[in-house]
Amino acid sequence: MLFSPWCALEEQFIANVSSPASAARARRSGRVGLATASRSTSDPHPAEMATHELHPNDTLTTLKMESENLKAKLEEERAKLHDVELHQVAEKIEALGQFVMKTRRTLKGHGNKVLCMDWCKDKRRIVSSSQDGKVIVWDAFTTNKEHAVTMPCTWVMACAYAPSGCAVACGGLDNKCSVYPLSLDKNENLAAKKKSVAMHTNYLSACSFTNSDMQILTSSGDGTCALWDVESGQLLQSFHGHGADVLCLDLAPSETGNTFVSGGCDKKANVWDMRSGQCIQSFETHESDINSVRYYPSGDAFASGSDDATCRLYDLRADREVAIYSKESIIFGASSVDFSLSGRLLFGGYNDYTINVWDVLKGNRVSILFGHENRVSTLRVSPDGTAFCSGSWDHTLRIWA
Amino acid sequence: VFTFILKFQHDHKVSLPMEQVIVAMQDPDLGIKMKNQRLLITVIPHAMTGNDIVEWLMKKYSIMEEEALHVGDLLVRHGYIYPLKEPRNLVLRPDESPYRFQTPYFWSSQQWPASELDYAIYLTKKNIRKQGQLIDYEKENYNLLHKRINHTWDFVVMQAKEQLRASKQRRKADRIVLECQEQAYWLINRPPPGAFDIREHGPERRNRLTSRVQLVRLHSFIIHQKKIHDRTFIKYSEQYFSHDPMMHGCPPSNPWITDDITHWALNTNTVSTPTKLRVERWSFRFMELLSDPLGRLKFMEYLEKEFSAENLCFWEACEDIRHGENSRIPQKVQEVYKQFLAPGASKWVNVDSKTMEKTLEGLRRPNRFVMDDAQMHIYFLMKKDSYPRYLKSDLYKNLLVKAIAPQETKRSVFPFMRRHRHSSPNPALVAQALEEDGKAKRLGSPRITSPATSP
Repeated sequence: MLFSPWCALEEQFIANVSSPASAARARRSGRVGLATASRSTSDPHPAEMATHELHPNDTLTTLKMESENLKAKLEEERAKLHDVELHQVAEKIEALGQFVMKTRRTLKGHGNKVLCMDWCKDKRRIVSSSQDGKVIVWDAFTTNKEHAVTMPCTWVMACAYAPSGCAVACGGLDNKCSVYPLSLDKNENLAAKKKSVAMHTNYLSACSFTNSDMQILTSSGDGTCALWDVESGQLLQSFHGHGADVLCLDLAPSETGNTFVSGGCDKKANVWDMRSGQCIQSFETHESDINSVRYYPSGDAFASGSDDATCRLYDLRADREVAIYSKESIIFGASSVDFSLSGRLLFGGYNDYTINVWDVLKGNRVSILFGHENRVSTLRVSPDGTAFCSGSWDHTLRIWA
Repeated sequence: VFTFILKFQHDHKVSLPMEQVIVAMQDPDLGIKMKNQRLLITVIPHAMTGNDIVEWLMKKYSIMEEEALHVGDLLVRHGYIYPLKEPRNLVLRPDESPYRFQTPYFWSSQQWPASELDYAIYLTKKNIRKQGQLIDYEKENYNLLHKRINHTWDFVVMQAKEQLRASKQRRKADRIVLECQEQAYWLINRPPPGAFDIREHGPERRNRLTSRVQLVRLHSFIIHQKKIHDRTFIKYSEQYFSHDPMMHGCPPSNPWITDDITHWALNTNTVSTPTKLRVERWSFRFMELLSDPLGRLKFMEYLEKEFSAENLCFWEACEDIRHGENSRIPQKVQEVYKQFLAPGASKWVNVDSKTMEKTLEGLRRPNRFVMDDAQMHIYFLMKKDSYPRYLKSDLYKNLLVKAIAPQETKRSVFPFMRRHRHSSPNPALVAQALEEDGKAKRLGSPRITSPATSP
């Protein structure tokens, strides 16, 4: 399966029954399985092969109890390792000095709330999307707009730049993810060549190309993530396991390139195997919706930002949360997070219009950046780590360095 | 007011971080010292000044004035604190302006639906008090409501008159407070056009999918000696410290700060001489070398000298299968088999027999993962064998010696002089041009080529 010689795998099945009505239904049909989602693949879904037969004596209560017991056992195992917190390990390292970052560019042109942005691999171009359906490609360095598309829907919450730089993907309340090849013919209407790739049954919350222009990973308000073939629009794999809207995802920068993490309104961050569709790790320590997840540059950990006003760091090998980034004066949710190139800094965009900069190792806040006049909704560090971009409900994007 | 809050806290879980701050502010011992505040000739009890709020926040949370002002301002904008002077202007002024805490009944987190009926009554009261002189948007709303709920208008007027009569019998101070509270509530729930609207939250999120039974499969990892005090993160951050432009600067300068794109020009995929930092980075981990197109090119040159270039070619071909179009998988798989795995293949790769057997089995039903095991085997072969030897080779050492190490330039003496910001060719344009030429870049699969930047 995964290349993880340092781990032994033990599989536990946990049935999370969410309502008496569905439990009754499941009992009647004699099977506990996944809710049907629109899928066109002919291969049997891996999770369907792993159904847990319900016994006539199973009640909602006993199933819930079993679920709680298994969870408790898992926590016990984790606690046995007597792990310390990350900031304790990092006590002896030098603290970071005064930190000065300023807005170096302000990109004005969206007529409404900016919801999402992504960098091009050329380290200077970006794509951004907004509430009024506009998707704009900018050369952030010169602040020139190079392409613009108007989507047929509002609240375009997801957008991504293709690795080749030749296309962008976006979607939102249309429940779809569409790919637009970028044409340099000024007269050509970009919308004409649009390709509809992903189809969900609720809003699209995030999308990302994998290592090529040919595959897209999406997350949706319908509670699932999915992997799609761009050329044909075929669903390659779907990922079920979140108990509510999935709000964010990030692909792992690992050698094997086979996993990704997602965060949702069920307060869970799940790590998935892209080959099998299985959830291989799950973390539930946040107290509210998880709005953003991002891998640590080495791929050994990931950070999350949540409506509970905290950001957290989860170590994948230790299989637990190892740091919380919070302050009593921060009383609004974190909407988006990203690491600096070395992973020493974590940038968090918040719903109180500010950006807080955290020392990942020592756990303290290094700086607070003011400038936006409404919620910061999206934040990404550039591919070479020279700057980061923030997008806001104040209609602008800012480049900071 | 305070006893009310206590009861409130008991009855409803006060969990919102914002409300926790408000409750802390009103703590009888550690909260803000409230006093009577003078509003013209009236004395309002249990009030505080804008300064009091800012100073308390600074002290309690150990933050600077700018942040304290920002937080305090948000509390006002969200209706938890309201101004007594200029009550229509929901901002925090860091001076002697008087403020008061909003009654919990009116907190925005309560999510009472602010009904049309309530709003109509409020506007009618105002209309009567001001003898018809309502502000534009309120006048408009009033007229709209009058039309829309005309059938209950008698009730509205009756209620308004009754409430006005009751308030006339209160002490002036109480009357002012109640009017301000109500006004603040309606400023939040029916904001004037163009004003900040806190009710805006984005598309609705459902926090619990009710009609599904989910099967969650959890793998509990038994970790062998992988506690976090093995300092993984510390080591990684230290190693990359000097490569992180935000921590260590960016030779010769950060383009975003100085408008000088030399840094990018020195690091394109087609430079003849890479920079020292870049060559150094290839030695950190194998994946760094492979994911840098220039690094991969140099590594390929080395492998060719060692007559083991087929390993890297095979790996690239497998990547192409994994990340390529679905429709071309069967064709690509066949080609890879012919070129690399078949007996007598021109670029035969040395895969162990067990893996070969498994792969051949999988070839009967080619899918995008059929080469995974073989690819993994060759990847680790290169990582354990060729890669370390490459780092010790003359080829690599020469690269290091010849590498460019630009001096970090200080900010120009005249920072006001702005350099011309050069544009760069759009990657889509570059790709289009290449296609038209019919040439393919010699950097492995065209797909993996990073768009070049040019000076």
